[in-house]
Amino acid sequence: MEIKKELNGTTLILKIIGRLDASNAQELTGTLNSSLDGVKELIFDLADLKYVASAGLRALLMAQKRMNKQGSMKLRHVDETVMEVLEMTGFADLMTIEK
Amino acid sequence: MEKFTIEATLENLPAVTEFITSSLEEKDCSIKIIMQMELVIEEIYVNVASYAYRPNIGTVTIYKSFEDTPPAITVTFVDSGTPYNPLEHEDPDINAGIDARQIGGLGIFLVKKNVDEISYERKDGQNILTFKKFF
Repeated sequence: MEIKKELNGTTLILKIIGRLDASNAQELTGTLNSSLDGVKELIFDLADLKYVASAGLRALLMAQKRMNKQGSMKLRHVDETVMEVLEMTGFADLMTIEK
Repeated sequence: MEKFTIEATLENLPAVTEFITSSLEEKDCSIKIIMQMELVIEEIYVNVASYAYRPNIGTVTIYKSFEDTPPAITVTFVDSGTPYNPLEHEDPDINAGIDARQIGGLGIFLVKKNVDEISYERKDGQNILTFKKFF
Protein backbone atom coordinates (compact mmCIF):
# COMPACT_ATOMS: atom_id res chain seq x y z
CA MET A 1 0.00 0.00 0.00
CA GLU A 2 1.08 3.54 -0.72
CA ILE A 3 -0.48 6.70 0.71
CA LYS A 4 -0.25 10.00 -1.18
CA LYS A 5 -1.08 13.12 0.80
CA GLU A 6 -2.27 16.41 -0.63
CA LEU A 7 -3.21 19.28 1.68
CA ASN A 8 -5.07 22.29 0.25
CA GLY A 9 -5.81 24.71 3.10
CA THR A 10 -7.99 22.68 5.45
CA THR A 11 -8.81 19.99 2.89
CA LEU A 12 -6.71 16.83 3.05
CA ILE A 13 -6.82 14.34 0.19
CA LEU A 14 -5.41 10.89 0.92
CA LYS A 15 -4.93 8.68 -2.09
CA ILE A 16 -4.65 5.05 -1.03
CA ILE A 17 -2.97 2.83 -3.59
CA GLY A 18 -2.89 -0.97 -3.55
CA ARG A 19 -4.26 -3.13 -0.74
CA LEU A 20 -5.45 -2.05 2.68
CA ASP A 21 -5.19 -5.09 4.93
CA ALA A 22 -4.02 -6.34 8.31
CA SER A 23 -0.39 -5.93 7.31
CA ASN A 24 -0.61 -2.20 6.68
CA ALA A 25 -3.78 -0.73 8.23
CA GLN A 26 -1.66 0.50 11.16
CA GLU A 27 0.28 2.65 8.73
CA LEU A 28 -2.92 4.38 7.61
CA THR A 29 -4.01 4.87 11.22
CA GLY A 30 -0.61 6.42 11.95
CA THR A 31 -0.90 8.76 8.97
CA LEU A 32 -4.38 9.80 10.08
CA ASN A 33 -3.28 10.43 13.66
CA SER A 34 -0.43 12.66 12.52
CA SER A 35 -2.26 14.52 9.74
CA LEU A 36 -5.77 15.42 10.86
CA ASP A 37 -5.12 18.37 13.19
CA GLY A 38 -6.89 21.40 11.70
CA VAL A 39 -8.35 19.43 8.79
CA LYS A 40 -12.00 20.27 8.10
CA GLU A 41 -12.54 18.13 5.02
CA LEU A 42 -10.97 14.70 4.57
CA ILE A 43 -11.23 13.06 1.17
CA PHE A 44 -10.09 9.50 0.49
CA ASP A 45 -9.35 8.94 -3.18
CA LEU A 46 -9.81 5.18 -3.57
CA ALA A 47 -9.54 4.85 -7.36
CA ASP A 48 -6.45 2.67 -6.98
CA LEU A 49 -7.45 0.78 -3.85
CA LYS A 50 -8.15 -2.74 -5.06
CA TYR A 51 -8.74 -4.60 -1.81
CA VAL A 52 -9.88 -3.78 1.69
CA ALA A 53 -10.18 -6.14 4.70
CA SER A 54 -11.66 -5.54 8.15
CA ALA A 55 -8.44 -4.00 9.47
CA GLY A 56 -8.76 -1.33 6.77
CA LEU A 57 -12.43 -0.78 7.55
CA ARG A 58 -11.52 -0.15 11.17
CA ALA A 59 -9.08 2.57 10.11
CA LEU A 60 -11.78 4.20 7.94
CA LEU A 61 -14.31 4.02 10.77
CA MET A 62 -11.91 5.71 13.18
CA ALA A 63 -11.31 8.45 10.62
CA GLN A 64 -15.06 8.93 10.16
CA LYS A 65 -15.65 9.16 13.91
CA ARG A 66 -12.95 11.78 14.25
CA MET A 67 -14.05 13.82 11.23
CA ASN A 68 -17.64 13.91 12.50
CA LYS A 69 -16.26 15.99 15.36
CA GLN A 70 -14.18 18.38 13.31
CA GLY A 71 -15.63 18.54 9.79
CA SER A 72 -16.56 16.07 7.08
CA MET A 73 -15.19 13.04 5.28
CA LYS A 74 -15.89 11.40 1.97
CA LEU A 75 -14.71 8.48 -0.12
CA ARG A 76 -14.17 9.21 -3.78
CA HIS A 77 -13.78 6.97 -6.86
CA VAL A 78 -14.48 3.75 -4.97
CA ASP A 79 -13.54 0.59 -6.88
CA GLU A 80 -16.24 -2.05 -7.40
CA THR A 81 -14.67 -4.74 -5.20
CA VAL A 82 -14.07 -2.29 -2.37
CA MET A 83 -17.63 -1.00 -2.75
CA GLU A 84 -19.00 -4.50 -2.25
CA VAL A 85 -17.21 -4.80 1.08
CA LEU A 86 -18.48 -1.36 2.14
CA GLU A 87 -22.03 -2.38 1.27
CA MET A 88 -21.78 -5.79 2.92
CA THR A 89 -20.75 -4.24 6.23
CA GLY A 90 -23.17 -1.31 6.19
CA PHE A 91 -20.26 1.14 5.85
CA ALA A 92 -21.76 2.45 2.62
CA ASP A 93 -24.61 3.91 4.67
CA LEU A 94 -22.32 5.44 7.30
CA MET A 95 -20.04 7.25 4.91
CA THR A 96 -20.41 9.73 2.09
CA ILE A 97 -19.38 8.03 -1.11
CA GLU A 98 -18.84 9.69 -4.47
CA LYS A 99 -18.59 7.30 -7.37
CA MET B 1 -6.52 -32.99 -0.35
CA GLU B 2 -3.40 -30.84 -0.11
CA LYS B 3 -2.00 -29.46 3.10
CA PHE B 4 0.30 -26.63 4.06
CA THR B 5 1.81 -26.01 7.50
CA ILE B 6 3.36 -22.69 8.43
CA GLU B 7 4.25 -20.58 11.48
CA ALA B 8 1.20 -18.50 12.31
CA THR B 9 2.68 -15.01 12.01
CA LEU B 10 1.24 -11.96 10.25
CA GLU B 11 4.27 -11.93 7.95
CA ASN B 12 3.19 -15.28 6.53
CA LEU B 13 -0.22 -14.04 5.38
CA PRO B 14 0.83 -13.67 1.70
CA ALA B 15 2.10 -17.28 1.61
CA VAL B 16 -1.16 -18.58 3.07
CA THR B 17 -3.26 -16.56 0.64
CA GLU B 18 -1.11 -17.76 -2.24
CA PHE B 19 -1.65 -21.42 -1.24
CA ILE B 20 -5.38 -20.97 -1.84
CA THR B 21 -5.57 -18.40 -4.64
CA SER B 22 -3.02 -20.16 -6.85
CA SER B 23 -5.40 -23.13 -7.16
CA LEU B 24 -8.37 -20.88 -7.86
CA GLU B 25 -6.45 -19.14 -10.62
CA GLU B 26 -5.60 -22.51 -12.17
CA LYS B 27 -9.29 -23.33 -12.16
CA ASP B 28 -10.12 -20.08 -13.95
CA CYS B 29 -12.18 -18.68 -11.09
CA SER B 30 -13.50 -15.16 -11.54
CA ILE B 31 -11.56 -12.26 -10.04
CA LYS B 32 -14.56 -11.63 -7.82
CA ILE B 33 -14.45 -15.13 -6.28
CA ILE B 34 -10.69 -14.90 -5.83
CA MET B 35 -10.98 -11.55 -4.04
CA GLN B 36 -13.73 -12.90 -1.79
CA MET B 37 -11.54 -15.87 -0.92
CA GLU B 38 -8.57 -13.60 -0.20
CA LEU B 39 -10.72 -11.68 2.21
CA VAL B 40 -11.98 -14.85 3.93
CA ILE B 41 -8.47 -16.31 4.23
CA GLU B 42 -7.06 -13.05 5.57
CA GLU B 43 -9.74 -12.62 8.22
CA ILE B 44 -9.47 -16.21 9.50
CA TYR B 45 -5.66 -16.35 9.35
CA VAL B 46 -5.10 -12.96 11.00
CA ASN B 47 -7.24 -14.09 13.92
CA VAL B 48 -5.16 -17.24 14.37
CA ALA B 49 -1.88 -15.36 13.93
CA SER B 50 -2.90 -12.65 16.39
CA TYR B 51 -4.54 -14.64 19.17
CA ALA B 52 -4.20 -18.42 19.02
CA TYR B 53 -0.74 -18.75 20.57
CA ARG B 54 -0.24 -15.32 22.09
CA PRO B 55 2.34 -14.49 23.44
CA ASN B 56 4.09 -17.47 21.83
CA ILE B 57 4.25 -18.56 18.22
CA GLY B 58 2.75 -21.80 16.93
CA THR B 59 1.85 -23.34 13.64
CA VAL B 60 -1.30 -23.54 11.60
CA THR B 61 -2.09 -26.22 9.05
CA ILE B 62 -4.34 -25.43 6.11
CA TYR B 63 -6.04 -28.09 4.00
CA LYS B 64 -7.66 -27.49 0.62
CA SER B 65 -9.76 -29.77 -1.54
CA PHE B 66 -11.94 -29.32 -4.61
CA GLU B 67 -15.14 -30.68 -6.06
CA ASP B 68 -16.11 -30.46 -9.70
CA THR B 69 -19.88 -30.72 -9.84
CA PRO B 70 -20.78 -28.16 -8.77
CA PRO B 71 -17.36 -26.52 -8.57
CA ALA B 72 -16.40 -25.79 -4.98
CA ILE B 73 -13.41 -25.41 -2.70
CA THR B 74 -13.26 -26.62 0.90
CA VAL B 75 -10.63 -25.15 3.20
CA THR B 76 -9.81 -26.18 6.77
CA PHE B 77 -7.68 -24.25 9.25
CA VAL B 78 -6.24 -26.27 12.14
CA ASP B 79 -4.32 -24.77 15.07
CA SER B 80 -3.44 -26.05 18.54
CA GLY B 81 -3.86 -22.73 20.29
CA THR B 82 -6.33 -21.38 22.83
CA PRO B 83 -9.84 -22.80 22.28
CA TYR B 84 -11.74 -20.26 20.21
CA ASN B 85 -14.91 -20.59 18.20
CA PRO B 86 -15.15 -17.51 15.98
CA LEU B 87 -18.68 -18.48 14.94
CA GLU B 88 -19.92 -17.75 18.46
CA HIS B 89 -19.13 -14.09 17.89
CA GLU B 90 -22.30 -12.04 17.68
CA ASP B 91 -22.63 -10.30 14.32
CA PRO B 92 -22.09 -6.55 14.42
CA ASP B 93 -25.21 -4.45 13.88
CA ILE B 94 -24.57 -3.25 10.35
CA ASN B 95 -27.44 -0.79 10.61
CA ALA B 96 -26.06 0.94 13.69
CA GLY B 97 -25.28 4.62 13.40
CA ILE B 98 -21.72 5.89 13.43
CA ASP B 99 -21.55 6.49 17.19
CA ALA B 100 -22.85 3.03 18.06
CA ARG B 101 -20.66 1.30 15.51
CA GLN B 102 -18.25 -1.13 17.14
CA ILE B 103 -14.69 -1.36 15.89
CA GLY B 104 -14.45 -5.15 16.31
CA GLY B 105 -16.30 -8.19 15.01
CA LEU B 106 -16.21 -7.19 11.37
CA GLY B 107 -13.67 -9.78 10.27
CA ILE B 108 -15.61 -12.92 11.09
CA PHE B 109 -18.78 -11.25 9.83
CA LEU B 110 -17.10 -10.77 6.43
CA VAL B 111 -16.04 -14.43 6.51
CA LYS B 112 -19.62 -15.62 7.07
CA LYS B 113 -20.93 -13.35 4.31
CA ASN B 114 -18.47 -14.69 1.76
CA VAL B 115 -18.65 -18.47 2.24
CA ASP B 116 -21.47 -20.93 1.62
CA GLU B 117 -20.89 -23.25 4.57
CA ILE B 118 -18.78 -22.89 7.69
CA SER B 119 -18.31 -24.97 10.82
CA TYR B 120 -16.10 -25.08 13.90
CA GLU B 121 -15.00 -28.03 15.96
CA ARG B 122 -12.67 -28.39 18.96
CA LYS B 123 -11.05 -31.79 18.84
CA ASP B 124 -7.89 -33.32 20.31
CA GLY B 125 -6.76 -29.92 21.58
CA GLN B 126 -7.20 -28.32 18.17
CA ASN B 127 -9.36 -25.58 16.73
CA ILE B 128 -10.74 -26.84 13.42
CA LEU B 129 -12.51 -24.32 11.21
CA THR B 130 -13.82 -25.56 7.86
CA PHE B 131 -15.58 -23.62 5.15
CA LYS B 132 -16.85 -24.33 1.68
CA LYS B 133 -17.41 -21.98 -1.20
CA PHE B 134 -19.03 -22.69 -4.55
CA PHE B 135 -17.62 -20.93 -7.59
